[in-house]
Amino acid sequence: MDWLTQFPQMDDNRLRDIKKIIDEAFRGFTRAYGDSIETLFEPLRIFMVQAERFMTGTPWIIVFALIIGVAWLGSRNPKVVAATAVTMLLIGYFGMWEDTMKTISMIFVCTVISIAVGIPLGIAMARWNRMQAIVNPVLDVMQTMPSFVYLIPVVMLLGIGKVPGLIAVVIYAMPPVIRLTNLGIRLVDKEMLEAADAFGSSDWQKLKNVQLPLALPTIMAGINQTIMMALAMVVIASMIGVQGLGQPVLRAISNQYFTLGVFNGFAIVGIAIIFDRVSQSFGKRLQKHSEVVHG
Amino acid sequence: MADPIGIEIRNLYKIFGPQSAQLMQAVRNGMTKAELNERHHHVLGLNDINISMPAGRIQVIMGLSGSGKSTLIRHINRLIDPTAGEVIVGNQNVVTMSPEALRDFRRHKTAMVFQKFALLPNRTVLENTCYGLEVQGIPQGKRVAAAMHWLERVGLKGFEKKYPNQLSGGMQQRVGLARALANDAPILLMDEAFSALDPLIRVDMQTILLDLQKEIRKTIVFITHDLDEALRLGDSIAILRDGEIIQQGTSQDIVLRPADAYIESFVREVNRGRVIRADAAMEPASGPLPDVTVGGDCTLEDAGRLMVQSGTTRLAVRDMQTGRPAGTLSMERILAAITQRAPGHA
Ligand SMILES: Nc1ncnc2c1ncn2[C@@H]1O[C@H](COP(=O)(O)OP(=O)(O)O)[C@@H](O)[C@H]1O
Ligand SMILES: [Mg+2]
Repeated sequence: MDWLTQFPQMDDNRLRDIKKIIDEAFRGFTRAYGDSIETLFEPLRIFMVQAERFMTGTPWIIVFALIIGVAWLGSRNPKVVAATAVTMLLIGYFGMWEDTMKTISMIFVCTVISIAVGIPLGIAMARWNRMQAIVNPVLDVMQTMPSFVYLIPVVMLLGIGKVPGLIAVVIYAMPPVIRLTNLGIRLVDKEMLEAADAFGSSDWQKLKNVQLPLALPTIMAGINQTIMMALAMVVIASMIGVQGLGQPVLRAISNQYFTLGVFNGFAIVGIAIIFDRVSQSFGKRLQKHSEVVHG
Repeated sequence: MADPIGIEIRNLYKIFGPQSAQLMQAVRNGMTKAELNERHHHVLGLNDINISMPAGRIQVIMGLSGSGKSTLIRHINRLIDPTAGEVIVGNQNVVTMSPEALRDFRRHKTAMVFQKFALLPNRTVLENTCYGLEVQGIPQGKRVAAAMHWLERVGLKGFEKKYPNQLSGGMQQRVGLARALANDAPILLMDEAFSALDPLIRVDMQTILLDLQKEIRKTIVFITHDLDEALRLGDSIAILRDGEIIQQGTSQDIVLRPADAYIESFVREVNRGRVIRADAAMEPASGPLPDVTVGGDCTLEDAGRLMVQSGTTRLAVRDMQTGRPAGTLSMERILAAITQRAPGHA
């Protein structure tokens, strides 16, 4: 009656063999294709390096003016702009300017990639139910799998560095853009699509003139979430070589530097709030004309 | 302006549901909407529709909610595919068109106005009005000129830069109308276009449409659930119930000779004096003609008012085509026509 008290599990030896076989196979794959996969991601690395070089190499006053400019264009709100200025000045004054620039450039690259991949994927999901049925479970896995788990194969394949870190962040942060693009397009009013059809729109015209513009506020909400999630990954990504505000935090944890941790932590919170407020008020302005004022 | 073209609908059936094709024969053999729903869980949307809509006139399709009006009008530009039957526009069969041909047909031959306006909220009034022309690939300058012209015609000059949500419902639907007219298509499809508007604004819009139609002479298919609207606008009226046409004719036919008790029950609420025309109520001329003459299309109410003003009780009625006197209209005839109830149905 063993099986009643003990779960009847697989034979230990067999289990060990299975794990070994899979590990061996993946290691073989890494040895055989690691280099070619690395070349595949070379453009991504160059993109990251360029973005980082721009943010850290340009005189701080220009970058500062640029950030203020973007905050103004995005929010059109003096309060948000003032808060942005104060936050950035404090960050610089407390000696975290360089790391912050590295983090911002990483978030920027990650957001660009998430948009470039996520929006077309979301459109495809809205268009084909089959596509949605395939992609949705994948997104569930991407969002719930502990990030350390997928860091293992990424590091095995690409080693420690910017690109594997970026991939880890993108995997974690991209799902909201995909999901909300899909949702936004599916929620477009049926009568609007009928009108577009009735005037003889092609599929492309319908997408460009009706579906994307009407889904845009929802898509913006997805982009906002993606940025927030990318920021949340900064510390974990620094474990595999992504530079920026995450690394001092990591150092603070291992050496028990309380103040170092708190300062960098607040810097992350600061830019997170800036990104959030700016992108949210941008999304709100996009929605301005959608609210029905009269009946 | 494009020449008007007529629409011919023949033996049109629409069954909603996955096995519509297999159930077609059963419906042809006389299965009713209720039976189809009960036994096969399919909805009989349209049942053997035959209508011939003359070119350049207003064809009204009237029926209560759920009678199949929207389904029917959507077959004309094939937003809905029929289960069986033909829709002939000009000399083309819409049902057999390829997707490319259908897109071309929708761009150049039809334009549509929607009950809930269906304007793009992120575009200005002008950009919305341009939509059809933009889809056709007309250059910017030309489409703005056309859009401005029609915006002015529907009384929206000065509102081009506004967004739809800054306008009242009536004004939004004028944009919808201008957008459809800018397309310069010979066929105008209007699905309960005025039903969402307040009664007074609705009458305004009807007037605008009738005024425009004198000039544009399009083949207009107008859907409504309101008999007063149908009688006011329709050159010809078809009444739909449960996906079937139960009467077709002019407003005079519907009001004076309702086909069954169902139609009679609607007609009873109508202001007959404003609908029935002099030539429908007159009697053949005998003896000397009265001095005062009215046109055959004069309503009984107007004829009665004229009698009071000119202190007479008999009018001569002129035939609208020949221009010659065709009969006489007496006070008794007017009263009889206004107070008459169809025998047998009441
Ligand atoms: N896509 C559909 N699937 C199933 N039934 C439908 C569909 N569209 C319409 N119907 C049914 O067809 C009938 C006619 O609908 P509709 O044409 O919208 O009526 P109306 O416009 O006169 O109110 C209704 O019973 C409705 O429930
Ligand atoms: Mg309807």
